Amino acid sequence: MSFPPFSIGRFYSVMRGWGLVFLSLLLIGGMTALFLRHGLLGVFEADVPPVERLVIPRVIFTPEHVTLQVFNDGPESVTVAQVVVNEALWRFTMTPTTTLPPLHSGRIELFYPWTEGDPLSLRLISRNGIVAERDVDIAFLTPTVDALHLRTFMLLGLYVGVIPVLLGLLWFPMLRRMRREFYSHLLALTVGLLAFLGFDTFAEGLTLISDVPGAFNGEMLLVGGIFLAIISLGVVSHRMEHLVVEEEHLRSLAWGYLIALGIGIHNLGEGLAIGSAYAIGEIALGGSLVIGFMLHNLTEGVAIVAPLTRASSGGIRFVRHLLAMGLLAGGPTIIGTLLGGFAYSPVLGVLFLGIGTGAIFDVTFDILHHMAGGRWKSLFSGGNVLGFLLGLLLMYGTGFLVLR
Amino acid sequence: MRRILPIFCTLLLVGCASVEALRAVPKGSHTGAHLRNPLQLFQTAQEELGVTGEYQTTDFDPLRFLTTWNFNNLPPEERAKVYTEKRLADGKKLREYRFSIEDREIEVAPGLFYPAWTYNGQVPGPTIRATEGDTVRIHFTNTGTKPHTMHFHGFHAAAMDGSAPEHLVLPGVTFTYEFTAGPFGTHLYHCHSYPVSHHIARGLYGAFIIDPRNDTRPKPDREFVMVMNGFDTDFDGENDIYAVNTRAFAYAKSPIPVRVGEKMRIHLSNLLEFDLLNSFHLHANFFDLYRTGTRREPDAFTDILSMAQGERAILETQFSSPGMYMFHAHVGEFSELGWMGMFHVTE
Repeated sequence: MSFPPFSIGRFYSVMRGWGLVFLSLLLIGGMTALFLRHGLLGVFEADVPPVERLVIPRVIFTPEHVTLQVFNDGPESVTVAQVVVNEALWRFTMTPTTTLPPLHSGRIELFYPWTEGDPLSLRLISRNGIVAERDVDIAFLTPTVDALHLRTFMLLGLYVGVIPVLLGLLWFPMLRRMRREFYSHLLALTVGLLAFLGFDTFAEGLTLISDVPGAFNGEMLLVGGIFLAIISLGVVSHRMEHLVVEEEHLRSLAWGYLIALGIGIHNLGEGLAIGSAYAIGEIALGGSLVIGFMLHNLTEGVAIVAPLTRASSGGIRFVRHLLAMGLLAGGPTIIGTLLGGFAYSPVLGVLFLGIGTGAIFDVTFDILHHMAGGRWKSLFSGGNVLGFLLGLLLMYGTGFLVLR
Repeated sequence: MRRILPIFCTLLLVGCASVEALRAVPKGSHTGAHLRNPLQLFQTAQEELGVTGEYQTTDFDPLRFLTTWNFNNLPPEERAKVYTEKRLADGKKLREYRFSIEDREIEVAPGLFYPAWTYNGQVPGPTIRATEGDTVRIHFTNTGTKPHTMHFHGFHAAAMDGSAPEHLVLPGVTFTYEFTAGPFGTHLYHCHSYPVSHHIARGLYGAFIIDPRNDTRPKPDREFVMVMNGFDTDFDGENDIYAVNTRAFAYAKSPIPVRVGEKMRIHLSNLLEFDLLNSFHLHANFFDLYRTGTRREPDAFTDILSMAQGERAILETQFSSPGMYMFHAHVGEFSELGWMGMFHVTE
């Protein structure tokens, strides 16, 4: 390889290119310095109160004691001067100091005789009189990591997630004996179930965004999660392409796994929601809630097996696949419940709900794409539409049982 | 490399997530090493009501304010600049004051500052005291940024009312209020510029005491000026801090020292904005109540008094045994947000 001959013209043009870049940086730096020193036309020098935004992402209750996690979500430092609990000034200690720079976290400790089950209103008054508020609907002893709570959350995840999904798998033999023509209707049913799940997850993510401090940009977390899931699953299926080719039963198996993965991530989000709701006393773990979830998630198991009717002829290997899918779909509920119960973070919550949404929609689109076979209008056959609506209805109906 | 990267990224993500999750997990017990039994726990929790930290500024002394009127807290040269009195022919006095406006930040709770509009740099404004029949002349210079006035609760001519649009004193202008002090009693003054609620809420008010001409009342051993007020620090139309004489819990932190048997006369007024009613309750003791202080006979003998904004009274009492005696609004919310103090009674 030979280099182009050196010429003064080329040297000059390269230098000029870099020189201009350097000049632009210099000018920006100079303007910034001038701006900071003198202010641009004095426009920004108005005597306005500072923009302060403190948020309280988490309130932890221990006997006669309340701990607040505090985060400075605004552009300026905030000094917490006084704390008001239920309309009474209350002594507090704050770590590391009472002044929080932007994007920094702190902890406020209060000895307060809170009453279990009562609401609690918290107000932090800054040095400048600006108030950051947080209302707790129900004061509830925050679960600590001990045997009782570990067992509670894991059982919760098991009952709500793993068992219903595995039970749903039992529909497989019945579905398999249905006529071949009904296969596409089954797929449509699956699409209906998944579409509902996808939007349900998305809606939960949307409501959770309000708990995310603005600096973390909850909306982008949700959207980012969706794209992350779609891209990751896309990469996975792209890699698997050379395995699957056109073999129907292998593709159906792959779908089963992908659906299970999508549902698994969705259930992670669901577990997060349940665990965190329990940790703040928002739900009582009554029998009705658990039963409701079981029925609701049973349909998720159905969604996994529905496309599998053409997968294989059965046998122990297939059953092992089914079990794996069941665990893949249901297992994350346990992880989610543990996370939500012990280490709730709205940032993680929104991210995972976004990922769950993306995963479900990715799989849904995959199935639709195959069903269409290039002719998208053909999707709207009577049987398909009925199947889709039935899927939506099933999810919607069992949703009534999950009262929370 | 292509195979390792996704696995590496996944592990990194999981690692970060678990570190973050573990950090967020609450530790077993937060109740503090020094607490052992549940009863101690309860006692400590209940005691934590109050403000955190100490007052940082010394420009206003609530204890000194109790006994300050006619600028008697200032050294003579300073005092002469803002207050002079001259004896007139018939034994009455001409009292001349210089009042001005200062926009300044005041400390209403430790570390908590409020952007107040003040008379002469303090909230409540300086206490004016005269004898019935005296001529009161106040040179009011508006050195603030908005139109202000002084409106007195007492006898005066209509032109001295300080309330009509034509009475507004614009920034930079000086207006002289003049009237004959009357009737005797405990009164007050405040700004009547518009909106009045905002000008009062911002701190433009003060006490105005008129003693009777031939005062046959037994002379009290101690006299205190108390102005009940509050501050809406976040400007949402509700008070966030309540107090007597501006600083929340000031007299709880520094109790008012009194001796057993000392006759106390409290000149109490209510300048609380946004709340319909305020109250004053004294522990372990009852007081003679002279509503507005305008009668020589007490109106009641009680331990609690309700007041609307603009009402005031004279309370007379004395303590018969030593100890700490609380006084506070008998509106729970007000007292727990700062309107609570103590008398420290000694032999």
